[in-house]
Amino acid sequence: MKIKSVAYCAMLTALAMIFGYVEALVPFHFGLPGVKLGVANIVIVLALYQLPVGQVFAIQVMRIVLVSFLFGNVSMMLYSLAGGILSLLIMLLLKKTNWFSITGISIVGGVSHNLGQLAVALLVVQNLRITFYLPVLLIAGLVTGCLIGMLAYKLKPLMERYF
Amino acid sequence: MFQKKDFLLIATILFIIGISFYMILPVWRDKGETVRITIDGKLYGSYNLSQNQTIMVDESLGFNRIIIENGIVRMDEADCPDKYCMAYKPIKNAGQTIVCLPHKLVVEVIGEQRSHQVDVIVP
Repeated sequence: MKIKSVAYCAMLTALAMIFGYVEALVPFHFGLPGVKLGVANIVIVLALYQLPVGQVFAIQVMRIVLVSFLFGNVSMMLYSLAGGILSLLIMLLLKKTNWFSITGISIVGGVSHNLGQLAVALLVVQNLRITFYLPVLLIAGLVTGCLIGMLAYKLKPLMERYF
Repeated sequence: MFQKKDFLLIATILFIIGISFYMILPVWRDKGETVRITIDGKLYGSYNLSQNQTIMVDESLGFNRIIIENGIVRMDEADCPDKYCMAYKPIKNAGQTIVCLPHKLVVEVIGEQRSHQVDVIVP
C-alpha cells in the first residue's frame, strides 16, 4: 500500500468518525429509538466508488471499532458491525451488477444496514416479537439511504476532482 | 441522480414494506390485555394491563422500572447505558413492545386472543 493511500484511508476514517460523533451530538430523532440518518455512510458510499474493496472494508471496520470504543460500548459495536458489514457486502455485490446509480446503492446500503441490526437484535433478545419493527426499519433505511445517496451523488465529482 | 432500475429497487422495497405492514396490522388491532416481561428470552412475569401498578425489575443485568397506568405501559426508569428503552413511546396495544437491549429485557403487550393460551406445559 502506498503512503498516499494509507493517508487517504486514514483521512476518510477520521471523517466518518467525526460525522458519526457530530450526529450523536445533535440528536434529531425521527420519533423512533435507534433510527438515525447515518451521515458517516456518505464516506463509505463515496469510498466504494473510489478505492479498492479491501480499503473500503478497512475504513468501515476501523470506523465502527474506534467509535464504539471511544463513545459507546461492546454491544453497540456488535450491532454496528453486523449492520455495517452486511450493508457493505450487499452494496459491493449490487455495485458489481451496474444496475443502480450511487443513490440506489446507498438505498440498498441503508436498508440492509437496518436489517443486519435487526438480525442481531433477534439473536440477542431471542424474541420474535421485535420483528414488529421491520416495516419501520425498512422505511427508515429507504429514506435515509435515499438522502445519503443524493448527497453522495453531488459530492462524487468534487471528490474525484480534488483527490 | 437516479437510474431506471433505482425506481424498480425503490418500488420493490416499498412492496416489501407494504407486505410486512399487512402481516403485522391484525396483531396491532388486537386490544391489549396482559403485559409480559421477558429477560433474555425467559419469562419474568405477566401483569394485568387494566390494573395500575409499578413493576421493579432488578436483575443482575440492571434495573428497570415499568409503570402500568390507565391501560398504558411505559418504561419509567432504567440504568442501562443508552436509555433507548425510556425513549420509547408508551404502549397499550397488543403486539407493541418496549425493548431494553443492554438488559436483554422485552416488555410486550399481549392481546385478548393470545393471553388465554397456554405458553408452556411443564410435564
